[in-house]
Amino acid sequence: MSQSLLEIRNVTMQFGGVTAIDNLSFKVPQGTIYGLIGPNGAGKTTIFNIVTGNYQPTEGTVIFDGKDITGTRPDRVVKLGIARTFQNIRLFKSMSVLENILIGFHDQIPYTYFEAIFRLPRYHRYERRIRTEAMGILEEFGIAEYADNEATALSYGNQRKVEIARALATKPKLLLLDEPAAGMNPIETEDLSNIIHKIKKDYDLTILLIEHDMKFVNAMCETVTVLDYGEKIFEGPPAEAIVDEKVVAAYLGDFTHA
Amino acid sequence: MKNAIIKMLLILLSILLIAWAHRTFDSYTLSILNNIGIFAILALSYNLINGVAGQFSLEPNGFVAIGAYFTALFLIPPDDKLDMFALVDPAPIVQHMHMAFLPAILSGGIAATLIALLLSFPVFRVRGDYLAIVTLGFGFIIRIFALNSPAYTNGAMGLNDIPEVANFLWIGTIALVTFIVMLHIVYSRYGRAMKAVRDDEDAATAMGINTFKIKTVAFMTSAFFEGIGGGLLASFLTTITPDQFSFLLTFQLLIIIVLGGLGSMSGALLATILVMGSMEWLRFLDDDMVIFGMHTGAHPGMRMVVFAILLIVMMLFARKGLFGDREIHEIIRDKFLKKGNA
Repeated sequence: MSQSLLEIRNVTMQFGGVTAIDNLSFKVPQGTIYGLIGPNGAGKTTIFNIVTGNYQPTEGTVIFDGKDITGTRPDRVVKLGIARTFQNIRLFKSMSVLENILIGFHDQIPYTYFEAIFRLPRYHRYERRIRTEAMGILEEFGIAEYADNEATALSYGNQRKVEIARALATKPKLLLLDEPAAGMNPIETEDLSNIIHKIKKDYDLTILLIEHDMKFVNAMCETVTVLDYGEKIFEGPPAEAIVDEKVVAAYLGDFTHA
Repeated sequence: MKNAIIKMLLILLSILLIAWAHRTFDSYTLSILNNIGIFAILALSYNLINGVAGQFSLEPNGFVAIGAYFTALFLIPPDDKLDMFALVDPAPIVQHMHMAFLPAILSGGIAATLIALLLSFPVFRVRGDYLAIVTLGFGFIIRIFALNSPAYTNGAMGLNDIPEVANFLWIGTIALVTFIVMLHIVYSRYGRAMKAVRDDEDAATAMGINTFKIKTVAFMTSAFFEGIGGGLLASFLTTITPDQFSFLLTFQLLIIIVLGGLGSMSGALLATILVMGSMEWLRFLDDDMVIFGMHTGAHPGMRMVVFAILLIVMMLFARKGLFGDREIHEIIRDKFLKKGNA
């Protein structure tokens, strides 16, 4: 049994009177692709926001790499090794593709403010190094030719890739992908799943993803957790999820009591 | 390597130009150039917090005042202060503070920086327009403090006979240094992080950027150079009163950086020359003119009307200012040197 990299333990999240997540627990084993699915409003993105520190859960703990990270500030969570993408693509719109990736290296650059102002040797050394590394990542995604283009001028599919590449630049152990295949055509989706498999292997990643495209989930994930109204209604292989009574009821309505 | 050589040559050329202008021009032209130089320092630094980091702030008048008063009090000889402070005697510490020019303007900058640090803690903990509100209020507080603390500032009478050390050599060189420092910041991980915070704060946080720290660094840097600019202004004008540092000063700088393009340092520099220069060059509009044999008569203030119209026209045709948020060499590179289409 492989060790779990991320563990959600009895997490409850309330917004005022609304319970968005209700006593949820699951474990993401190291080196797997784990799916989080469920109808709209089930609380999937809320889980992401809890893991990344944007929300402080009302109750429960988040354990990452053996450490309790509940309520850690979002920028510190990134330093610990968790990177994310957003459901609606959020690239830095005034920057080129390359500059977007360079932002991901922010915390790996040791030169100080004064070294930058006086252009001391460390500045030049690290600026060169991260540019080479960033181009390497872009090549891996097959978008190196767009490096100098404005990021928001790219096609939707390529913008997704830039966003994932940018998250990868922070050198994460765990990558959180929020609906990576949303809005893509079947060819783009196929392309994306190949890339995700590849970066998982090359960068030794564990991936937690939210997705609605069941075909994509089936092809990607070893295990899925299905959420409905903040509660876990199923955990297991995706192939079993789609025939599970409760899951079908959550998506299509409950026929037995209709 | 090639870029480094070009950069060194440009810097050398600028220094030679400054020295040449200092020796050649008459005092009227030099006073315009000095004005442009000081406003360039202020506009460049204001552009860092407002344009590059995207934090809408209205702070310059406050920090310029702090820099101006610190420098002035350090420069005026202790004995002169006894005569100058007419309402009450100067506080002992104020009377005895005295320094050479360079440490005096630096201390003005450092004082402004420390106050910026204090303001950062309440302001950058929250998002939104609080920075604008707090800095606007801060400017008023500084002015009211200057008016009502005669033992420290000589109240509404202000400070006169400040030694005139700041000539165009000083002002031009410091403006050049400010420009270079600003560009070095913009093209470093700090400048990138500031732009990231401006574009999308949540995404910036998700990249591991401590947004509070980045905003504070930008704000303190702006304050430092605004303090320096204030010190130069005090020494250049040789007299300062609290009313010089009203909100109008901030407003003028805001016009400059918006015209140049928020986030573009070279844009801010060009806009300073245009705005400050045209205030002088359009002076002929105030006088009596002969158009098609008709006398228009003198209309004092006519140049401001024309200036406003010019501004409106410019903003209609260049929504994002002269250079948008890019630097001049990037624009030249993209327009003329890029092979093929993007």
